[in-house]
Amino acid sequence: MSTQRAIDLPSQEQRLLPPPGQPIIDLAEHIARYGPLPYRGGRGFLIDDVAEAGLTGRGGAAFPLHRKLTAVLNGNRPIVVANGAEGEPASAKDKSLLLLAPHLVLDGIQLAAEAVGADEAVLYSGVDQFAAAWLAGLITQRRAAAIDLVPTKLIAAPPRFIAGQESALANRISGKPALPAFTPPRVYQRGVDGRATLVSNVETLAHLSLIGRYGPAWFRTVGTRDEPGTAICTLRQTDGRVDLTEASLGTPLTSLLDLRRASAMLIGGYHGTWLPVGTAARLTLSNADLRAHGASVGAGVLAALPADRCGLRETARVARYLALESAGQCGPCRNGLPRIAGALAELADVAPPGHAPSQPGDLALIAHLRRWAGLVERRGACAHPDGTVRFVASALRTFGAEVGAHLRGRCTKPNPWPFLPISAAPTAEQDWW
Amino acid sequence: MPATHLKVNPIACSGHGVCAELLPELITLDEWGYPLVSDEPVPASLAKQAKRTVTDCPALALLLIKR
Repeated sequence: MSTQRAIDLPSQEQRLLPPPGQPIIDLAEHIARYGPLPYRGGRGFLIDDVAEAGLTGRGGAAFPLHRKLTAVLNGNRPIVVANGAEGEPASAKDKSLLLLAPHLVLDGIQLAAEAVGADEAVLYSGVDQFAAAWLAGLITQRRAAAIDLVPTKLIAAPPRFIAGQESALANRISGKPALPAFTPPRVYQRGVDGRATLVSNVETLAHLSLIGRYGPAWFRTVGTRDEPGTAICTLRQTDGRVDLTEASLGTPLTSLLDLRRASAMLIGGYHGTWLPVGTAARLTLSNADLRAHGASVGAGVLAALPADRCGLRETARVARYLALESAGQCGPCRNGLPRIAGALAELADVAPPGHAPSQPGDLALIAHLRRWAGLVERRGACAHPDGTVRFVASALRTFGAEVGAHLRGRCTKPNPWPFLPISAAPTAEQDWW
Repeated sequence: MPATHLKVNPIACSGHGVCAELLPELITLDEWGYPLVSDEPVPASLAKQAKRTVTDCPALALLLIKR
């Protein structure tokens, strides 16, 4: 165990993210800082350490990594895919990690490949073409230096919300559009080209590279007993500033977001959950806390909605975006999401403060919303409809007072400017490649 | 012995609605014409009818699974 490397990094909270303004992109500097890549000398050996560390996926589902590793190890012709698609417009952590500390991710890919006995790996990433070209250079350099034992292929994820969904990812890497597939089989059984596929978030793999070096006990020095380690969070503050921070799991949400001028918090991104600011202020960054309120850490997207913005308006904008991001393969999602988005838009679009109220809203809108939510939930091949419904339902709960005002024909929030970011809608079938 | 359940492949399903006509005891259609399938296990009395419905789906989108 290389715990004697008592450099400034390991036991601190800033494990993956280098100090601001000092990305670690040079291979020699990376090795000098973290030590050589600790291969275990054969498949399977690292998995017990991962189980002991308790590392869970940082892409959203928080699934225990060692269980995925074990399943793929026992599967057909294993292959490793590092998932950096990050289709969520409100999240920046995966692309940032790839730009700020790429070698941690590339190290993790190698250790995962060794652990499952894969002879090939893929970095599936949503970074732009310039960053991709630069990453390709780093990979070539690592192969030339004989650091990487298996070749890593770089494949671009299309800029779609669900491009990182595991079966969409497997389809894209198999040479098809990045559309979700009907399951089973799950990708760990039959994924890329029918092979047992380990799909793991790039941040998860970066954590793996440090567990490989410093061991499970070190990994557990921060975080909680049930949720050890750190997670990189994308924080959207009320003044519109976007911060990237690495926080120990169990950190109070109030120490991440300044809630003084906020009315609500969005936790877990656009498949996530709105909570009133008073509720969020009592919670920590942990699924143990958040799940009791219908929320989860997800991929670490946290946004504080400024008190002068209308949460309904924000939700309606995002719901429209999510409806357009449906792959349109499943009838309930294709029909339901646009209707949900349309009803929300109608509910949201009323007179702002200082104007004569619009016509009173139609109470039936709420009944329609609830019925459509029930009709799309658990009826898609992927979880896009479920995530969208979770997001919308939490808005109706959290912004209940504002819903009442809107039904009476007025909005009480003075600031009409959009707050949450959304990206361009697909315009052609080619956008899924 | 595991019970048999009906399951829809929502990607393959194109909303013909044949299933709801052949097996109204377990399948209804939503307001867009897509099947809502009962979560209950298929009772022995409907086993044959369910099998027939699965083979008659024009999109081959209906499955019988054991769980």
